[in-house]
Amino acid sequence: MSGQPEGLLRLDGLVAGYRTPVTPACSLTLARGEVLGLAGANGIGKSTLLAAIAGAARIHAGTLWLRPGCRLRQLPQRPERPAEAPVSGRELLAVMDALALPPPSRLAALLDARVDRLSGGEYQVLCLWACLAGDADLVLLDEPTNNLDRGHVDLAIEEIGAERARRGCVVVSHDRAFLDAVSTRVIDLGEIGESGEAAWTSCS
Amino acid sequence: MDQLFLIPFLAGLPLALLLPVLGNLARLRDEWLAALGIAHLAGAAGLAGLAWHLPAVLGAPLGALAGAGFKHALGGRGNSVFGVMILAGWAATLLIAANSSLGESLAHALVDGQLYFASTIDLAAAWLVGALGLATLSWLTPRLIRARLFPGHELANRLPAWRWHFGFDLLAALAIAVATATLGLMAAFALVFLPAWIAFRLAPDWRRAGRLAAGLGGAGYLLAFAIALALDQPFGPVLVTVLLAMLAASLAVRR
Repeated sequence: MSGQPEGLLRLDGLVAGYRTPVTPACSLTLARGEVLGLAGANGIGKSTLLAAIAGAARIHAGTLWLRPGCRLRQLPQRPERPAEAPVSGRELLAVMDALALPPPSRLAALLDARVDRLSGGEYQVLCLWACLAGDADLVLLDEPTNNLDRGHVDLAIEEIGAERARRGCVVVSHDRAFLDAVSTRVIDLGEIGESGEAAWTSCS
Repeated sequence: MDQLFLIPFLAGLPLALLLPVLGNLARLRDEWLAALGIAHLAGAAGLAGLAWHLPAVLGAPLGALAGAGFKHALGGRGNSVFGVMILAGWAATLLIAANSSLGESLAHALVDGQLYFASTIDLAAAWLVGALGLATLSWLTPRLIRARLFPGHELANRLPAWRWHFGFDLLAALAIAVATATLGLMAAFALVFLPAWIAFRLAPDWRRAGRLAAGLGGAGYLLAFAIALALDQPFGPVLVTVLLAMLAASLAVRR
């Protein structure tokens, strides 16, 4: 063992988008145990960068390297929730193989409820835990504080911090205080230099 | 029970238990209307098979599988595709009936339900599809629930998702085809549609939704079989009426 954290993700001058490029050229690395916060103005391409890592957006330039066999989980901005679904919170965690870790006590109280009968905030923190508590190597979280009141934001911070060393995590948020609370470093996509190297701020 | 009715009874029973469970998954995927499209195509193909002296239970799956392939090829989702399947099946059924020696009576039999004429071939097909469902649903179900709640997961992890999506389409098509040929078109559709609707309203979780839907399907089938025999009524409409009464009762209970 070298003691070096295991590299999970590397972007070299990556430009992502759909029919046309959206993001600036971006270079960064992420290792297991890190939580990388992505900040920046609306429309700068934070969510598009996550989509490119998840294979849902087009790479226009540069390269994206993921550790071979890397298991991904992603929380979209608006988690999918059918209007009617007799699926309990526990069953939702089960289909994501996310029952190995004991959930935070506030979340445990939701596990026997049907997911279509939870509030938007409760469903959001449940889906967040489903992404974090499984065997994922890399977790991508897109605006995880959407729909959340202060109490649920605190729960989200607790969830992201739980067993952090097991995985790497990329978090997109427009809430800078939240990013500072959960991230080991934060990159502002609006402040990327000509080289594509992102200026970052160490947080913890 | 009279020996004459034993084979029809045993032929319908596994379908009455399996179709509601498939209905739960179809409802979760917002695809319950597909069952009616598949049933219409199965009815048309079953009738075409009869014209070629094939048992309906052998002809019907060909139409249903063609429907499943059509749905999969078009990306599968959406009421427009299912509407086309219903119309194509309906038109083909009536045109085959009008242009073959079968006449409209056989077409009516297929649409209305002909359970009492079920043969050992129907019996074997029903138990075979029941066994297939039993063998595959525990593998398919968690993957289909995950795909519904986390649709980006399969792409992000480069999973061979077509295996469970197409696998479910094939299983549902086969089960609906065999049920259409054995129980009748609308009875097959009702078993997919109505117990799942009730289960989605009442069940506290997926496991119990499955048990409730299968229980309602089985109980409705038993009751309809007894009523149809006792009152000398056609089985298909009686089953649909019983399941509708169950739905009405569940709506009243919930209020």
